[in-house]
Amino acid sequence: MQISVAGENALIIYFGEQTSPEVSAKVQQAVEIIRRDLHELIVDLVPSYASLLVIYDLMKTDHHHVRNHLRQSLSGLDNAHSAEGRLVTLPAYYSTESGPDLQQLADNAGLSVDEVIEIHQQQEYRVYAIGFAPGFAYLGEVDPRIAAPRLSTPRLKVPRGAVAIADRQTAVYPAESPGGWNLIGLCPTRMFNPDADPTMPVQAGDRVRFEAISREQFIELGGELPEQPDPSEQLGGPLT
Amino acid sequence: MSTTTTGFKVIQPGILTLIQDAGRFGQHGIGLTTGGPLDPLAFNWANRLCGNASGTNSSGVSALEVSIGGLVLEAQIETRLCVAGAAMPLKINGEERELWRSHPVMAGDRIELGFASDGARAYLAVAGGFDIAPSFGSSATVTREGIGGINGTKLQAGELLPANPAKRDGCLVLPESYRPEYGKHANLRVIPGYQQHAFSRLQQRIFFSNDYKVSDRCDRMGFRLEGPEIKPSIDGILSEGICHGAIQVPADGQPIVLLNDRQTIGGYPKIGSVLSLDTAALAQLMPGSTVSFEPITMEDAHNIHCLAASYFERVKAQPCDPQ
Repeated sequence: MQISVAGENALIIYFGEQTSPEVSAKVQQAVEIIRRDLHELIVDLVPSYASLLVIYDLMKTDHHHVRNHLRQSLSGLDNAHSAEGRLVTLPAYYSTESGPDLQQLADNAGLSVDEVIEIHQQQEYRVYAIGFAPGFAYLGEVDPRIAAPRLSTPRLKVPRGAVAIADRQTAVYPAESPGGWNLIGLCPTRMFNPDADPTMPVQAGDRVRFEAISREQFIELGGELPEQPDPSEQLGGPLT
Repeated sequence: MSTTTTGFKVIQPGILTLIQDAGRFGQHGIGLTTGGPLDPLAFNWANRLCGNASGTNSSGVSALEVSIGGLVLEAQIETRLCVAGAAMPLKINGEERELWRSHPVMAGDRIELGFASDGARAYLAVAGGFDIAPSFGSSATVTREGIGGINGTKLQAGELLPANPAKRDGCLVLPESYRPEYGKHANLRVIPGYQQHAFSRLQQRIFFSNDYKVSDRCDRMGFRLEGPEIKPSIDGILSEGICHGAIQVPADGQPIVLLNDRQTIGGYPKIGSVLSLDTAALAQLMPGSTVSFEPITMEDAHNIHCLAASYFERVKAQPCDPQ
């Protein structure tokens, strides 16, 4: 564990240099401990793959105090037993209709579309980080056979619910947004709903599995198929 | 939504006018950024001169952040209002009025803010604050997230800004000698941190001894600067939390200072973070202005903050008669 300066009221704790479930478990555990022990001094926390950014109230404390407090509170972390996150199942309508990059990804991987779907479903993922946009959960790690680099030209519009792959990460887009990940399906579960409690179905540290559903089930679960893409985008695409 | 049905009507929304309070805190865990005023000092003065809570107690008070200018409002109530920050000509019913001073208004009054001649952001506060229902604990508008303000967007013509009536007397003024000037250059004090060691001594020297220009790619997420390239020894890092003022250096070697609406995590190397008092000065600069960077220690940063907070409390606003 290494504690570095981040900014005028922020320290960043590094728990390792690589992504791993063990390191991620430490990050989640540290979040709980800091929330419990330093609650009064903390403005915000940003957990990520292998680090935790701790933002504190400059008018109540200083970095020496926070650093010492963190060292003490987190000293038992290395040996502590890590709690397993909840298992959340997300339904996914995988198809070339709902996942415009599915065919291309399968072709590049030398697999059939069904094999890609099967491999994506088989893995149990871990929520490593939430960020980029409200409710955007980075899930890892994707089986190397279906890992795929980001698109060279990001799309201007990725629909809400898009199930996507970038390198060895996968995610469900919480809202319509630009994005460069490979789209392989649609999930009817809302990943971020400001009016719901909880706002998100997952939190960092949780485990996630995808479960293939049919087009009918997708609609039944409240899923909406995006409007037909622009014809110019369709030309030469997998559907034509 | 607010239940208040009166207040101010938006006649012209201006280029970019946003409802802001002190910011949204404790929500980074679900990916929500902070938002809040780019220049908290001017925001706090606008509130304080209206008799609102300010400084460390201001978390719930909503005011308008007006970027560049062009805002026209019509009052539907009797109250006091104040504009502080960038030099945007303020007119009430066509008559020029001073900034950094609260003014009485009546129902039917037309409030106009022209375009900034010094600085870029001004804050318009009203007595008691605008009555905006908080979203995730704050009214701060972050348009990228579609959260806060009215429907998560910038101000639109025809909208009502809910506010409650207040008495018209009790106006306050900040003596002129205390008012900031923004100019065309800012010295940004930097706390070296994060991946500072990935920048060699030579790269750090280049960074801290040259001026950088504010590019036209600057918004509430971050300000892209242009100047001598600096190259870290690493291309990227495992994505990690980004704090306010963090200076990230992408592959093109041109630094970006990340501000209130930054994304919460990212994977570019960072050389350190700009003091928040100085990101406020940066946010007042127009494209083409210049900045320089100066390294300071964490202790300096803490001291500077405590001094600034105590100074803000010590400076006395003075009662004044209507202009």
